[in-house]
Amino acid sequence: MNSILRVKDLSLIIERERLLNSVSFEIKRGEIFALVGESGSGKSLTSLAIMRLLPDVISVSSGDIKLKNRSLFALPESQMQKIRGKSIAMIFQEPMSALNPVMTVGEQVAEVIKLHLGLKKDDIKKKVISLFEEVALKDPEERYNWYPHQLSGGQKQRVMIAIALACEPDLLIADEPTTALDVTIQAQVLTLLKKIREHRDLSILFITHDMAVVSQMADRVAVMRQGEILEQADCKVFFNDPQHPYTQSLLRDAMATKEERETGEERDRLLEVEDLKVYFPIKKGFFQRTVGHVKAVDSVTLSIPRGKTLALVGESGSGKSTIGQAILSLVPITEGTVKFENQDLGRLSQIELKPYRRKIQIIFQDPFSALNPRMTIGDIIREGMVSLGVGSKERASQDEHIRELLLKVDLEAEHAYRYPHEFSGGQRQRIGIARALAVEPELIICDEPTSALDVTVRSQVLKLLKKLQQESGVSYLFITHDLSIVPIIADEVAVMKEGKIVEQGSIENVMKNPQHEYTQKLLKSAPKLPK
Amino acid sequence: MKLALLWTDIMVWFLVISLLVWSRVIARSPQVKKQWHTIFKSSIAMASAIILLFYLLFTLLDSIHLRFATLPTETKSEQVQYGEIVSLLDLLFTHNIESTERTYSAPFATHEYASSIVVDENGVTKQENLPLKHVSDGNNIVSESIFAIFIGLIIGGSLIFVHMVWRKKRGFKSELPWRTAYLTLLFLVVTFTWFYMLSYHYHVLGTDKVGGDVLYQSLKSIRTGVLIGILTTLIMLPVAIILGVSAGLFGGWVDDVIQYLYTTLSSIPGVLLIAAGVLSMQVMMDNNPGWFETTLERSDLRLLFLIMILGITSWTGLCRLLRAETLKISQIEFVTAAKAFGVGKLTIIRRHIIPNLMHIILISVVLDFSGLVLAEAVLSYVGVGVDPTMHSWGNMINQARLEMAREPMVWWSLFSAFIFMFILVLAANLLSDRIQTVLDPRNKS
Repeated sequence: MNSILRVKDLSLIIERERLLNSVSFEIKRGEIFALVGESGSGKSLTSLAIMRLLPDVISVSSGDIKLKNRSLFALPESQMQKIRGKSIAMIFQEPMSALNPVMTVGEQVAEVIKLHLGLKKDDIKKKVISLFEEVALKDPEERYNWYPHQLSGGQKQRVMIAIALACEPDLLIADEPTTALDVTIQAQVLTLLKKIREHRDLSILFITHDMAVVSQMADRVAVMRQGEILEQADCKVFFNDPQHPYTQSLLRDAMATKEERETGEERDRLLEVEDLKVYFPIKKGFFQRTVGHVKAVDSVTLSIPRGKTLALVGESGSGKSTIGQAILSLVPITEGTVKFENQDLGRLSQIELKPYRRKIQIIFQDPFSALNPRMTIGDIIREGMVSLGVGSKERASQDEHIRELLLKVDLEAEHAYRYPHEFSGGQRQRIGIARALAVEPELIICDEPTSALDVTVRSQVLKLLKKLQQESGVSYLFITHDLSIVPIIADEVAVMKEGKIVEQGSIENVMKNPQHEYTQKLLKSAPKLPK
Repeated sequence: MKLALLWTDIMVWFLVISLLVWSRVIARSPQVKKQWHTIFKSSIAMASAIILLFYLLFTLLDSIHLRFATLPTETKSEQVQYGEIVSLLDLLFTHNIESTERTYSAPFATHEYASSIVVDENGVTKQENLPLKHVSDGNNIVSESIFAIFIGLIIGGSLIFVHMVWRKKRGFKSELPWRTAYLTLLFLVVTFTWFYMLSYHYHVLGTDKVGGDVLYQSLKSIRTGVLIGILTTLIMLPVAIILGVSAGLFGGWVDDVIQYLYTTLSSIPGVLLIAAGVLSMQVMMDNNPGWFETTLERSDLRLLFLIMILGITSWTGLCRLLRAETLKISQIEFVTAAKAFGVGKLTIIRRHIIPNLMHIILISVVLDFSGLVLAEAVLSYVGVGVDPTMHSWGNMINQARLEMAREPMVWWSLFSAFIFMFILVLAANLLSDRIQTVLDPRNKS
């Protein structure tokens, strides 16, 4: 009998509303089982039900969960506590908040071991260090005494994995373990998980929304939507021959559909950034002396042709967002020039800058914080028009313009009278786009506009952005960390690392034939869907 | 007769009018309207609000001051002479002001509390409790109470009836707990009518050492307490908002200066600062007796000064909160978006920052209110509070110090002050709890 976990007809309800509807699946020994779905599809609820950690308001209406033929729902709470952490372990999306900031990481691993295995003090420490070695933390003996804030995101996730592995569990539940990490670190963590699986013959329930990660990791896949499992198959079969229409569309949206573009003709350059440096001073002491600088952007040169898209790719902290803000003159430029239509923006005063404000606009990453919750959608869109004096001064014709804009971004005209909290993430992102379009800009800086969105919504927003570019000839500076969407949207790409651009060129050249070793590493790390 | 405007009267009416204007303004925003609706969905909040309104009504009644021309006594001068300043509440309780007794008497008593030595017509000296001057022996307290409660029910009932008809006419169905509101209103109206009608024949809450009516004193103290509670916030709010928002938004040296300012101010003991302020003002007023025509004006100015000093010492807490919140909000992307649109700093503050701070301001105002009412009591007890001639719960408690040590104990002064203050502070606290639950975004699940 090599079945580790068997979930049968699991249904969850909250006040008569069904959250899960007869979910059944089975995980075998040494298998990586991926549970895929968009946000709100019930993946995390399933994992909580397995741990029996559901909030009190949610109740199990039917079904059973068996761990090695023992029904988990029949166990008393005291027994269940022994299973948690010992037989089933869990790692979370956000390693930052899952670790206790006032305890050293070594102690945190030791605590779990002491609780479940009852070893002696020296043995525990030895065990922790061997675990740290297993998850490939450098200098494990030294790291034992480090606090979480001294570790990087990837290292913290390794510590989390070490805690999970501490008691040699039968099943590891990984709830979006790499979503918060950069691509290169994600690749490392995924390889590590795979290695551990082989080494220990461990079963993993892998919860994710990222199809590419699934194709790299999983043995079997189940797709969830609205609390139901739509399709369940072996990984290879699943990607080659998806059955359910939802799965097909999900895969299509995740796939980078490269379109043919006209190339060759040299267009004029809308924006030219030359030798841009943005340094942030580090201040210390009573008199706030400047003791040094953080070089957020260090000698960056790039240019965007009119009506085209430049993708700026880099990992977190590489300074890509700072470039966007420097172009908008929201942060002071230390050195270099930002030329828009041959006018150096850095030399203009706030008043002289105003005509250029309407030509350069921005779309943000987080659709939830980008809109003032106290203003109606109409007022949000109107703000820029009034401030920059775009279009008519009369309210009625402004209203007309707002209606047109909302229709343009595939929303409805009466949405103008609603407040932001009534909209979903994708809709809010559309509102953000409408707000930027309201002043008829020539360049839009898109600061990770899709990274907070689900796959399907993401592809809709990208399509919308492309449609708008074709209609109005607007240029985009598309800032992203997600390599998979770059070929969809961009014409040119620039790769950034530690404030410097390491490689720059057309999509074809950079993606197919990367020259710089960092670009090669990025491309190699990015999980890919089978062609 | 002419209208006499005291400084605090002007301020309290200004505040009431601006509150009315503000409620008009918020009625236009459906989002805010809905929030207030949610607040009053709780029956506790509704009852508390009615009680607070009742207190406010007494404050306002006591904040319209009049001066009557004294009767033309044989004076040859053409000038009309004016008597003491009285408020509408004083007019309502003229009978109580005039019917002062000799000394202590218990609530509803017919005789004095302490026995005195009298010599009767036979020349025999004996100790007996003298009958009160303004309470006749032959009153039937039960029948009078029933009659008073009946009148109270009629007044309360008709008020409720008018409101119900008005609601029906407007035709909106709301899920607000009107039943609780009506019950609270009825209870308050009946209690007050009972007290009021019996106050013609009895001293409902007894009399104090010099024979003054305690009910009248407690009612007069309402104005002092409520005024200190709300006017202090009126003075403190602009300072806290302007300094807090500019520290958070502009940063740099502005932030440094404001931070040093409030750190310094909040590290000086509050009582010390208040005592110093009140004493120096006392000296100033003693040196300039020509500033005031009446003692009432004098004590009013002292109240105003106390309110200002309390306001100056209490803005630091809110300022610190607002600075932190502004710092957070100004980093949020909708503010960046507004900057990218070239929107001016003042507009950003007005449109994007202040509306998102409103919940903090409101919560801290309501929380501060009860704290300030209690602070008045403590300060007056210590002797650096309001003028000793002014009616206030703090002064009542201060006087009750010696009464508690008497044998038998005189308990009603302290008890009345305590009950009146307790109900006000409790209602304010319950309402602020509710406001906090509804408005604090962290409580939204």
